[in-house]
Amino acid sequence: MDAIGSLIDGFATAITPVNLLYAFLGVLLGTAIGVLPGIGPAMTIALLLPLTYSLGPTQAFIMFAGIYYGGMYGGSTTSILLNTPGESASVVTAIEGNLMAKRGRGAAALATSAIGSFIAGTIGTLGLALLAPVIVRLAVQMGAPDYFAVMVLAFIAVTTVLGSSKIRGLASLGIGLLIGTIGIDPTSGQQRLTLGLPELADGIDVVVLAVGLFAVGEALWVAAHLRRSPIEIINVSNVRMTGDDWRRSWKPWLRGTVIGFPFGAVPAGGAEIPTFLSYATEKKLATHDEFGRGAIEGVAGPEATNNASAAGGLVPLLTLGIPTTATAAVMLGAFQGYGIQPGPRLLDTQPTLVWGLIASLFIGNTILLALNLPMATLWAKLLRIPRPYLYAGILFFASIGAYAANTSTFDLWLLLVIGALGFFMRRFGLPVVPAIIGIILGPVAEEQMRRALQISNGDLGGLYNTWFSKIVYLCILLLLVVPPIVRAVRSRRAGPPQPDVAEEAAPHPHANVEGL
Amino acid sequence: MSTLPESGRKAGRSEYGVALLLLALGAWAIFDALRLSDLASRGPVSARTVPIVVGVLLIVMAVLLTVDLARGGRGEQEGGEDVDLSHGSDWATIGLLVASFVANALLIERLGWPVSGAVLFFGTTFALGSRHLIRNAIVSIVLSVSTWYLFNLALGIPLPVGILKGIL
Repeated sequence: MDAIGSLIDGFATAITPVNLLYAFLGVLLGTAIGVLPGIGPAMTIALLLPLTYSLGPTQAFIMFAGIYYGGMYGGSTTSILLNTPGESASVVTAIEGNLMAKRGRGAAALATSAIGSFIAGTIGTLGLALLAPVIVRLAVQMGAPDYFAVMVLAFIAVTTVLGSSKIRGLASLGIGLLIGTIGIDPTSGQQRLTLGLPELADGIDVVVLAVGLFAVGEALWVAAHLRRSPIEIINVSNVRMTGDDWRRSWKPWLRGTVIGFPFGAVPAGGAEIPTFLSYATEKKLATHDEFGRGAIEGVAGPEATNNASAAGGLVPLLTLGIPTTATAAVMLGAFQGYGIQPGPRLLDTQPTLVWGLIASLFIGNTILLALNLPMATLWAKLLRIPRPYLYAGILFFASIGAYAANTSTFDLWLLLVIGALGFFMRRFGLPVVPAIIGIILGPVAEEQMRRALQISNGDLGGLYNTWFSKIVYLCILLLLVVPPIVRAVRSRRAGPPQPDVAEEAAPHPHANVEGL
Repeated sequence: MSTLPESGRKAGRSEYGVALLLLALGAWAIFDALRLSDLASRGPVSARTVPIVVGVLLIVMAVLLTVDLARGGRGEQEGGEDVDLSHGSDWATIGLLVASFVANALLIERLGWPVSGAVLFFGTTFALGSRHLIRNAIVSIVLSVSTWYLFNLALGIPLPVGILKGIL
């Protein structure tokens, strides 16, 4: 298999002492930053982007591989020990994980989460390595209308599947597309929405956007509502699992991997639905009647799902250039910052970079496991960082990152404006994810659309004249019809979940997977 | 969430501002697009198309949001580890934070990052309620000077040195 051979080449790239060091640094920083309350994986990558400015693309992406998994693991630690997750993918982990921690089983919860993440991440990355060349072989036959259709699918998916209000999701997507349009139109060379400011001619730098929306917006929002009473943090020591924990965890790990990977791999994914599906599945299959009091299966399954879906999410990102989560969108922005446009030709043009990145995901995952079992106690201490320092630090590093992007004061003012936008989006329930996907993917989608219409000589039929694009538009239609079912599932999360939830939601993944 | 009808209605009213903002952004997109000439394009799609479509999307969402709000729909405020939604937005804190941020933007090229960064960090910790002034000042200076060294020496990104030129 050529995938295996390429992967071995990738390992040859990744296992040089310097690159191993970058992978290690990435995992360490990713976990340390990700474990801090209020900092999700997308913000972790955005805040750490400036550190990679002086690196070559290969080293930078090896470091991102570490940050990607590290940031995600950090987020689950926070939700298990604090029970108020900041990001949607950890919501489910927090349910049983925090109950376990309260019963003094926090160490086992952290261990099953770390080992489950490792197993799911490794299998998921293997899936990525095997699947990516296959998708690329199909994707090289995809034309502009096909790409445009898949991008429309991604837009519709992030706005309708995530969040509770479609109107607000679409409004947020509109804001993102609008921001993405700012700058010189590459086809006609005309300035759009620049207000005559020369600094805006090249568009807004992705670091400024990501850091502004995630870091500054979040810091301002939290600062306005800072919890004055001290929050309860549970101590853990000696992270390990008993034999019984192992027996109860291994099946949920594997099931979670199987549920998570496909959801991440279809360009309509996100980790929210699969983690919930995994939770529902484990609850239904559980033999110990411990759900609701801290069942280890309820941590093992969703955590594995979360990581497998993150690995799966790299498939559309690397092969099609389509991000499905905020984290992937920030990564795509980082790629573009290096002048690299992910897509089917990336594996041919940059094999060292791509396979080095994939190999580093394996390495990063292993480092993560080795690091987290002994260091979980230390990570837990990071949760006690005084909140003024935490949020002051976020603003401080956000400012450095934005300034360093172009060494320009203008970007600091822009950062404040984008941060204010992020604040108001949080205040009024406009989800941030559609906006960031719109910003990053909008210009690419426009290019594909205009290319498709140029080929068809302006005939609008040129947008759906291939069988593939027709199928994708059918999927979009399904996506618009199925959400009422999802909402029914979602509303049960508030109350005691019913055992038949998994069955109700089951048609949804199949509708997606088969169509693509 | 709120059980007080008065505050609920008040919160609802500010949400109409979101609809207004969407309307303004949509109108901006369309007006900006209309002044573009479309010489280079062929067929129905030009540089204007996407801004106009996005503008229309934003305006339609503004209208739908207004309808949703009138029917009693409310935006769901975002929660989080450190977020306590039981009280309203603390505008004094926000004001001080923004002031620190603006101070940094104004000072960074004049006084340099080691000074402006320290002002930023000290100002934000103060805004967030920390009153260990001496400890905060020390932490601020250590952070801004060490990040200056990190970026200039280790990462090769020149942050402004400003008035400390020759000292650092």
